[in-house]
Amino acid sequence: MDKILDSIGKFFAGIFVSDSAEAGDINSLFGKFLIAAGIVAVMIAGLVIIAAIRFRAKRRPGMPSQYHGSNVLEIVWTGAALITVSYFFVLTIQTMRLINQPFQKGRRPDITITAHQWWWDMRYPEYHVITANELHIPVGAKLLTQIRSADVIHDWWVPSLGRKVDAVPGHINYTWIDAYKPGLYKGTCSEYCGMQHAWMRIRVIAETPEDFAAWIHHQQQIPSPPTDSLGLAGARLFQDNTCGNCHAIAGTQATAHIGPDLTHLASRQTILSGMLPNTLDNLKLWLTDPQKVKKGSHMPDFRLSEDKVNALANYLEGLK
Amino acid sequence: MSLKLNIPESAEALPSLRSPNGFLQWISTVDHKMIGIMYLWTALLFLMTGFVEALLMRIQLMRPENAFLSPEVYNQIFTMHGTTMIFLVLTPVLVGFATYFLPLMIGANEMAFPRLNAFSYWMFLMGGLLLYFSFFTGGAPNVGWFSYAPLSENFYSFEPGVNYWAISLLIMGVGTIGAAINFVVTTITMRAPGLSLTRVPLFVWMVFVNAFLILAAFPVLNAALVMILIDRVLNADFFNVAAGGNAIIWQHLFWTFGHPEVYILVLPAFGIISEVIPVFSRKPIFGYEFVAASSVAITLLSFGVWAHHMFAVGLGTTFDAVFAATSMLIAVPTGVKIFNWTATMWGGSIQFKTSMLFAMAFLIDFTIGGLSGVGFAIVPIDWRLTDTYFVVAHIHYVFLGGSLTGGFAGLYYWFPKITGKRLSERLGRWHFWLFVIGFTGTFFVFHFLGLFGMARRVFTYPNLPYLGSLNLVSTLSSLVLGASFLVMIFNIFYSLRKGETAHDNPWDAWTLEWLTSSPPPVRNFQFLPLVRSRRPLWDLNHPEDPDWKRK
Repeated sequence: MDKILDSIGKFFAGIFVSDSAEAGDINSLFGKFLIAAGIVAVMIAGLVIIAAIRFRAKRRPGMPSQYHGSNVLEIVWTGAALITVSYFFVLTIQTMRLINQPFQKGRRPDITITAHQWWWDMRYPEYHVITANELHIPVGAKLLTQIRSADVIHDWWVPSLGRKVDAVPGHINYTWIDAYKPGLYKGTCSEYCGMQHAWMRIRVIAETPEDFAAWIHHQQQIPSPPTDSLGLAGARLFQDNTCGNCHAIAGTQATAHIGPDLTHLASRQTILSGMLPNTLDNLKLWLTDPQKVKKGSHMPDFRLSEDKVNALANYLEGLK
Repeated sequence: MSLKLNIPESAEALPSLRSPNGFLQWISTVDHKMIGIMYLWTALLFLMTGFVEALLMRIQLMRPENAFLSPEVYNQIFTMHGTTMIFLVLTPVLVGFATYFLPLMIGANEMAFPRLNAFSYWMFLMGGLLLYFSFFTGGAPNVGWFSYAPLSENFYSFEPGVNYWAISLLIMGVGTIGAAINFVVTTITMRAPGLSLTRVPLFVWMVFVNAFLILAAFPVLNAALVMILIDRVLNADFFNVAAGGNAIIWQHLFWTFGHPEVYILVLPAFGIISEVIPVFSRKPIFGYEFVAASSVAITLLSFGVWAHHMFAVGLGTTFDAVFAATSMLIAVPTGVKIFNWTATMWGGSIQFKTSMLFAMAFLIDFTIGGLSGVGFAIVPIDWRLTDTYFVVAHIHYVFLGGSLTGGFAGLYYWFPKITGKRLSERLGRWHFWLFVIGFTGTFFVFHFLGLFGMARRVFTYPNLPYLGSLNLVSTLSSLVLGASFLVMIFNIFYSLRKGETAHDNPWDAWTLEWLTSSPPPVRNFQFLPLVRSRRPLWDLNHPEDPDWKRK
């Protein structure tokens, strides 16, 4: 019995998990709304059910009194409804101002996130670091984040870290991102954006400031070129096979940013926007037939032989 | 030279399809009752189609990373499901009832423009067929029922599906506008002597007000559809950001139509509920004036709330605050209605016919849908829950728990009038309870799915806490929902053949449609009493205590 109660408690606590100030503000308002809505719903359902029991024809045969209405009651419930929504309007304005705190015009964003079909480009302008799909942030800092889109409309959504923000082509949005404590926070694109909308997941990795600084420092380094023959063959394939027309790897001639930056690919937890764990085998699977793994993705099928896939995957997984 | 127009007239009220020329009589009819019936059959057909699509989605989503449907099929299916249920099911259910009963309820023998009426139906049907024809042309539309640009532009969706979507909605839109014009003119010009606008049944009020909503909202949709078609077919750039267009304009245009559309689909259901609850509570509607006036308030306000669909777009705090205020305000007249219906039951002598059961389910489910709607007016809550399964829960509570449940109440209430047979109450109860259980099990859990991080319109999802189990509950419940539809269909066919014969006024109701025979003859009324109150049949049956003497 205790176990059941415990899991029910966990279930409902799960709804209100807040890992940032913004999420806390939203959830506290949501809690108040849930109480008010619950009262109204129970009241209406209760009245309907009580009426159904008390005034059922079996108990009250014959024609009841033909009553046409009451202006007093109409005024009372209209007034009560108006007061309730007014209360929530005030709370709405207060909470909006808490979440959308203004920033100085022209301030450089700490992070810029550009949504693509179907992955996220993430940059730290101050540190000249570019990564994809997995955002690292230091805990305790409020980071001004710019959200934009390279193609269709997407939406940035990490439930326990606060508000969602649409990524709209031709329209730049800003939001604050922060987290109380280190951890992995999962999110997803939340505006339908085409075939692989489901696999446009987000990972936010919050770290202590020291860990974050170490991560940034690591990302700023140019990955050491491969030394083994397989890695060297992969590096050559990468340059010869027009991979660089879309992807960038720092320290090489590949500098395009149409697809995800691969400079430190091996340091990421997942590939394909959270679709698969980042392992050598999964990368081989992907390189062998991208359209089979993630249909509709903009990665063309190069029809690489098994050897070439092997070399390329080994090279990319060496980019630590 | 005078041109004599030959208006085809039906020889009998409901010609059998097997009789000679029976089929011809149906497709050439301009009789509002036959057209109303055709609307309802078409709605039933598309309801089954839309439900099969829903079932396919539920099977795909019943466990994480399922591979039952490929993403491109899933995306077509969810687009077709939404478009079908909104434009090909709820619209014709409500337009069908209105086409059938509006003239009967105001004591008229026909609609004001009978041939426009037939034209509206055929435009609607052809639009629907054209939409489904897209499956044979290389793919149905796959960008969702609101088709956000620039995803719906050629560059991102080069298959012809979106063209079919836009053209078929245009065609249906023309039909719907035709129906709305007909409703307005019929209500204004063809009421029985004494039946002033302050005395017409509330269903007539709702359809009348609704028609203005259609006349204002659908042209905006049609304009937007033409723009996207020009973009797609003639390479214009209205919504193409790369060429200097604006993608957000599509959202403004679509929701300027789209939010009133929600009320377009629910106002006639309000009308049905306002007829059913008084009749089965055996007392008049509580606060007639307030129910009618609150509909007018909803109509006006509904044009000022569209941007609550766009709170995540980033249009600025002031802009969002204005639309939060209007969206909260529109909850007030809606809430007033709920209170009035509940008060109508209070002090009555309630008969639990299936129709009344559905009306009571409407009160509770629509309240839940309305309340979650208020949640979306609260901007920060919208920032958490928009475009998640919480919205999917909300839309289904409003459309299924509201509009369709209201439609079922209307079906059981009016079936005896339309056919002369009663629907089986026993099967009706099965239909009702299976529906309530299936509906709640399928859609209530969606609220939690949204809260636990499931975005809407995903063909699959990773195995995050609770997502798998909640989705499984939903999928299993949807089978119960399917069973309820099967019982309903069986009930319709069974009762048509073997149902208890209904006399003219089986519920002892008070509005004019119950004065004529069941089913009504081609010419609806042979005689009409002078209407002196809102309940002419009460006055007729209770000469000792007529409404018009009461004050």
